[in-house]
Amino acid sequence: MSSVTQPQKILVRRYSGSARINHWIVAISFIVLLLSGLAMFHPSLFIVGETLFGSGWMARWIHPWAGLALTVAFLALFLRFLPANLPHLDDFRWFARMKHVLSGHDEYLPELGKYNAGQKFVFWSQMILTCTLFVTGVALWDSYLPFFERLTGYHPTIEQMRWAAVIHATSAVLTVVVWIVHAYAALWVRGTIPAMVGGTVTGGWAWRHHRRWLRREVKKPASVQAAS
Amino acid sequence: MTTFQPLDVIRVSATPDKADAEPNRDAEIVKLIDVSNCTGCKACQAACLDWNDKRPAVGEHVGIFENPLDLGPDMFTVVRFAEWDNPKTGNFEWLIRKSGCMHCEDPGCLKACPAPGAIVQYANGIVNYIQDNCIGCGYCVKGCPFNVPRVSKTEQVAYKCTLCSDKVAMGQQPSCAKVCPTNAIVFGPKAQMLAYAETRIANLKSRGFEHAGLYNPQGVGGTHVIYVLQHADQPELYSGLPANPAIDPLVQAWKGTGKYVGMAAVGLAVVTGAIHHLVFGANRVSGEDEEEACKLVEEKRV
Ligand code: HEM
Ligand code: SF4
Repeated sequence: MSSVTQPQKILVRRYSGSARINHWIVAISFIVLLLSGLAMFHPSLFIVGETLFGSGWMARWIHPWAGLALTVAFLALFLRFLPANLPHLDDFRWFARMKHVLSGHDEYLPELGKYNAGQKFVFWSQMILTCTLFVTGVALWDSYLPFFERLTGYHPTIEQMRWAAVIHATSAVLTVVVWIVHAYAALWVRGTIPAMVGGTVTGGWAWRHHRRWLRREVKKPASVQAAS
Repeated sequence: MTTFQPLDVIRVSATPDKADAEPNRDAEIVKLIDVSNCTGCKACQAACLDWNDKRPAVGEHVGIFENPLDLGPDMFTVVRFAEWDNPKTGNFEWLIRKSGCMHCEDPGCLKACPAPGAIVQYANGIVNYIQDNCIGCGYCVKGCPFNVPRVSKTEQVAYKCTLCSDKVAMGQQPSCAKVCPTNAIVFGPKAQMLAYAETRIANLKSRGFEHAGLYNPQGVGGTHVIYVLQHADQPELYSGLPANPAIDPLVQAWKGTGKYVGMAAVGLAVVTGAIHHLVFGANRVSGEDEEEACKLVEEKRV
């Protein structure tokens, strides 16, 4: 059947340039937050912030600014990816077949749209955690707290700041765990990283992991190109 | 008296306790503030600014005696004025309290501090902030049961009363105690101060203050700034002096085992990922997958 003119592989466009830049701003500010936050998380990790940022003071200074950058960038990413991350009935089937997900048997899973239920979980939990970290982080940002107080007319009590500190530390652990799941999944499912780097995936990747999405994309001539 | 050992450090923030250190606590000192002797002259405030070389900006007069209104990164002590109608006697009482760091035996600020060496406690009981090691996170503010530390917005490091540790190290008394014209602030070895406090309390009781007593809260292991109060049964009357101060359970939770649970959770996530990859290998796209995709494109073109 296959003719000689037919390409061996096709590439499908998955992310625009601006979406990729947006995502990597989120990822880079996340790494900065993680490394500078370690200095404040536990004394045994203080040396990390001290070494990488020159001093603990510098790590502490940069941390809230990186948090602000992450929050703004993540909210943009959230709005951008929101339509593709709305719940779908197949998400429940996907979760029910976790066994096949984990063993890489995509053939036993329902045909999926742009994102699977795991990715949607990452999307929504990072949204909740980012907002929580931002609000509690502002309450802990001594030098700019007066600014936010003027902005909102709200002054947190010391007791509320203590809650903020506990919630901030807990959410930080959770966001790192979700991030590890996210980054691991991107590495484990080979062919995923190019989606966020070059902006395209191979047709086979899309067929295997997001077939319902591929069926839609092939109808748009601009989305599909032959691999060189 | 034993020799004074100001640099004998007994506790250091974010640093594991040295089990072998046997500090000499004979040098323990106390600053006693006898509220019943205070006239609210604020000589202590002026002396404090002078010794610490602080010149806070001129504030605004809002019609009350507190000036400035609160402690600040360049204002380590504030005399607070509380007006109280004693319901028992019908007397109006002016309860004037010099506020500032209490130099807790079990300091919440030190416990909360994440920067190694930013907060230290000396064998003489003084709790000191070492600004060179401070990262300006403000965790001491959350740790303190007395709402004392203040983070400078310009320098981004924390400040509070040092109990003039530098003067004390040279065998002198703190500036506030030195200038107090009514001896409402006295300073000396702990045992001596506690004994003196008893005479003051007895005096107050003989004058009809039946609840006169000492404020040396045991919830923080006692403090090295202690008050003689006319109404020791109601410390809140004195501009909100807490009745039972202790390190907040939230601070304990935040600084306690939770941190190890968090590190374990992150470690577990990484290990789980590694094991998963070893067991199941990469999830690869097959040649057939690529062909199927090509076919799909071909169908659409037809
Ligand atoms: C530095 C480590 C990171 C790597 C290697 C990475 C990699 C990737 C890749 C390859 C994709 C495309 C997945 C696909 O299209 O199927 C993606 C999507 C996405 N990334 Fe990241 N990322 C990282 C960090 C982050 C962080 C820190 C966040 C947010 C806090 C984040 C949020 C997202 C979101 C919301 C998506 C959309 C898909 C989804 O919901 O999973 N990423 N990432
Ligand atoms: S009163 Fe506050 S700042 Fe002073 S030693 Fe106690 S916890 Fe630290």
